[in-house]
Amino acid sequence: MAENRYSLDFEKPIMELERKIEELKGLTAEEGLDLSEEVSRLQSRLRKLEKDILSHLTPWQKVQLARHPNRPKSLDLTELIFDDFLILHGDRLYSDDQAIVGGLAKLGEEKLVFIGHQKGKSIKENLFRNFGMAHPEGYRKAQRLMNLAEKFNRPVLTFVDTPGAYPGIEAEERGQAEAIAANLERMSQLRVPILVIIIGEGGSGGALGIGVGDKILMLENTIYSVISPEGCAAILWKNQEKVKEAAKALRLTSKDLLNLKLIDEIIPEPVGGAHRNVEQTALNIKKAIIKHLGELKRLSPEELVKKRYEKYRRIGRFKRG
Amino acid sequence: MGWFERTYNRIKKKGKKTIDIPHGLWTKCTNCSQLIYNKNLEENLRVCPKCNYHFYLGVRERIEITLDKNSFNEYNFKINSDDPLNFPGYKEKLSKNEKKTGLDEGALIGEGKIGKIPITVGVTDFRFMGGSMGSVVGEKITLVIEKAMEKRHPLLLISGSGGGARMQEGVISLMQMAKTSAAVAELKKEGLLYISLLTHPTMGGVMASFASRGDIILAEPGALLGFAGPRVIKQTIKQQIPKGFQQAESLLKHGGVDLVVERSKIRSTLIRILDFTLS
Ligand SMILES: [Zn+2]
Repeated sequence: MAENRYSLDFEKPIMELERKIEELKGLTAEEGLDLSEEVSRLQSRLRKLEKDILSHLTPWQKVQLARHPNRPKSLDLTELIFDDFLILHGDRLYSDDQAIVGGLAKLGEEKLVFIGHQKGKSIKENLFRNFGMAHPEGYRKAQRLMNLAEKFNRPVLTFVDTPGAYPGIEAEERGQAEAIAANLERMSQLRVPILVIIIGEGGSGGALGIGVGDKILMLENTIYSVISPEGCAAILWKNQEKVKEAAKALRLTSKDLLNLKLIDEIIPEPVGGAHRNVEQTALNIKKAIIKHLGELKRLSPEELVKKRYEKYRRIGRFKRG
Repeated sequence: MGWFERTYNRIKKKGKKTIDIPHGLWTKCTNCSQLIYNKNLEENLRVCPKCNYHFYLGVRERIEITLDKNSFNEYNFKINSDDPLNFPGYKEKLSKNEKKTGLDEGALIGEGKIGKIPITVGVTDFRFMGGSMGSVVGEKITLVIEKAMEKRHPLLLISGSGGGARMQEGVISLMQMAKTSAAVAELKKEGLLYISLLTHPTMGGVMASFASRGDIILAEPGALLGFAGPRVIKQTIKQQIPKGFQQAESLLKHGGVDLVVERSKIRSTLIRILDFTLS
């Protein structure tokens, strides 16, 4: 990850210590000094520091971690998880949205249809991917792929990672709201299993547009929210300094959502976050996919649709008078 | 209310002499500034006689002008908003909105008749927290869809929702989009008619779920309709927004709605649609 030295404020002490360890290792190699004792002492300090910092993150720090530029994006993970992946393009109506990728995937013996938001890691990539913010075409491409999955009786796996659906003039004119709504309906009726995993940022309706499923999982340091903390702070408090409070109030961390029974499971991340060990992250996700798809495959299409309806039917908290 | 309607009790007359206008007798048109005698405004279904601006209409009034006289029966499920996230200020906001509007939540559901044809109806009310879809609104919309299936009646949903989601209920609110959409999908599977009437404004999560998915979609003239709000779009693209953008007429042009219908013609249009689908 040498090319990606970006770090968040609370990651700086970790980065500092890592640099020190590298330095000592360098000295060992160049000068022939035996500093192995010092190195291993610092390494155990590093592990402790990582654990300390990462286990006490505030909701706002989790937001930053979920949006971390170095965090593995959909295609980084599919590369490590799938044995084969044939990417398919276009919505057959207008264009091919680069903010949503999808295609035919193979995971061991399991054949499935994959759909995911795709953010970039650099400015250039992000401009190409529109920062993972899809236009209606992206949602319509996704629906085309869902229909393929149903036709060939393959489960659907989606990765959610978006700040939200793109708020732009053309997106509105081509029916952004309708494109998302159509997917919500389609996903509620799809006669094959749907597994949804939040791998970064779950931004409101834009996330939900490929996020209705039988099981909803979240990576440990991801968020899912009805509005960005920035948007919430602006509307409710008219003050950007309140974004930390907004992040807390919105209950957007994986733990919050599990407690609220809105998701089914949290996938653990390596110490320091998904970006600190992408291979381990991919492996954890892969295990979860195999487990959940295995369970869901036992259900008939009728059972799947019925259970999915009941799952969403139950969501809501109110007082009965 | 303040966004759409301002009642002025003091205005300036030509000769600089101020005259007093008793509060609540006159309304100044939001669009053309014409002073309209309230009685005339009501008689004209709260549409400006001069410029055709469609003023906001409350849920009860909406039911009254749309359904056959005295045919409406409200479904009384008696559910009220909770504060599941313990969100700062939410409880206070709820009770303030109850007092202000005299409503217990942002949606009203029930059944009635239009042109003697039985129909189930749900209306969201912009005045109650912007008509946003929290648990109660989502539940009520789902319940009315299920009632339509149970009775095998056509369904009319009339939307007016500024922001769509209710952020004080977090992702629980977001999931109401999935819940109501799942119910709409079931209704369509049953072969029942769903008419969506979009009124000013219908945005965000309401528009991105049940509101934009009617078999037939009608919109009132000038209604602001869309996913993202104009302010957010302006901030994102850093450009001026074209005139008429996201207005009902623009959606008609781009294929997003079937018809833009003047308020005075909505009832007769609904009757024509219902008549077509009845065997
Ligand atoms: Zn006027």
